[in-house]
Amino acid sequence: MIDFRDVEKAFGDNVVLHDLNFSVQKGDRVTLIGPSGSGKTTILRLVMTLEELTGGYIFVGGEPLTHEERGGKRVPVSKRNQKRIRQRIGMVFQQFNLFPNMTVVENIIEAPVHVLGQSKREATLKAKELLERVGLSDKAGAHPTSLSGGQQQRVAIARALAMDPEILLLDEVTSALDPEIVGDVLGILRNIAETTDITMLIVTHEMQFARDVSNRVLMFDGGKIVEEASPSVMFSDPKHQRTKDFLHAVLGDGEDTIGTR
Amino acid sequence: MIGISAAFEWHWSAAAEVLPTLLTQFVKVTLLVTVLGTVIASILGLVIAMAIRVLPRPLSEAVKWIANVIRMTPIIIQLLFASYAFLSLDLITIGVIVYGIHYATYMSEVYRAGIDSVPKGQWEATTALSMSTLRTWTAIIIPQALRATIPALGNYAISMFKDTPYLLVIGVVDMVNAARIYGGDTYRYTEAFTLVGIIFLLASYPTSLLIGRLEKRLAYKT
Repeated sequence: MIDFRDVEKAFGDNVVLHDLNFSVQKGDRVTLIGPSGSGKTTILRLVMTLEELTGGYIFVGGEPLTHEERGGKRVPVSKRNQKRIRQRIGMVFQQFNLFPNMTVVENIIEAPVHVLGQSKREATLKAKELLERVGLSDKAGAHPTSLSGGQQQRVAIARALAMDPEILLLDEVTSALDPEIVGDVLGILRNIAETTDITMLIVTHEMQFARDVSNRVLMFDGGKIVEEASPSVMFSDPKHQRTKDFLHAVLGDGEDTIGTR
Repeated sequence: MIGISAAFEWHWSAAAEVLPTLLTQFVKVTLLVTVLGTVIASILGLVIAMAIRVLPRPLSEAVKWIANVIRMTPIIIQLLFASYAFLSLDLITIGVIVYGIHYATYMSEVYRAGIDSVPKGQWEATTALSMSTLRTWTAIIIPQALRATIPALGNYAISMFKDTPYLLVIGVVDMVNAARIYGGDTYRYTEAFTLVGIIFLLASYPTSLLIGRLEKRLAYKT
């Protein structure tokens, strides 16, 4: 579904990702873990074309997303092709990024109506279904600013799902939320993972969630994959010392967790 | 002495005599130039702000430079220049265009600040939803930018309103100058200028109320 081939990303002289090669299969739920600054979020942003790839290729469903090789050269793909491929990808952001000038339902139907060309009626019906699914049926006419963080994030999830994405990118979706509502949002995502076959690429600090939802976990450090395993193996029996240190720090098992970073 | 003191007395007959002229000039010149000028300025200002943001570098720099030149030269000089450069146009049209363009350069700066105030995350959300550039601007960026800019835009409209007497330099008699001419002819300055002040106030006050209401309407409902 997604193939990273020799992916490189640099911001000026600062190389964030280097020689990155991995594939995500259709229906995979891949969680990227690692210390901040390890390049996890950058990977999601590259797939969403929010950042420009500085080297290598990303393929989505076999098609080049940003650049392709033609006559031995790396050339950018047409904007039209990029747009067409991008429509198969949805993203939920840490800061929700709902449109404050629109109501909840307008947020959800905006892209289905104006990008996919659905009728307003059809899109609204679907939006109502999605709102029910995220437990916000009564908030269709509300404005985002009147909602709590958790409610806003649930709307953002509905908005992403309204586009029927084949790939869903979740970028630290609970990091900006109060601890007591994190569970609600994760519960919804768990439900989506169980009832759909959407391919998910997840960046999170919620290790329990990663364990429950994903079938693969990639440990990142310094822009490289240092370890890859199933969640059961990764969380109970990590091989790499860097992974052990990281998990020890975030999971907080044992009394000496504070300060081990 | 008698003549001078008479000038400071209030004569209802003089007030009644000058009022129709003042109102006519107010509608025909002051109001016309301000309303049409504001329409041009608010649209052109947005176009300039968007052009600077969207166009590739050398072009956007050129637009920025031209806007700066217009903003930094007095409107009187622009009025004179335009009246000699476009002899075939009637003077009111020249007035409307010059005021429109002059204030567009000011309003473009307001729009620019408004556009800059839209958080990066909003742009990213439009990308994530594959929204078109046009739709991104019209449905997301401009509505959010406007919310922050309405008060400043309204102030420029009022400021344009108060700048209309400068039209005299190209021979267009607005309400203020009509009052001055009447005063010069009759020594009844008091009546004429008092009425001018009242008319300005009666026109500006509802305008500021309107801007206030617009501001409230654009505020996000919480």
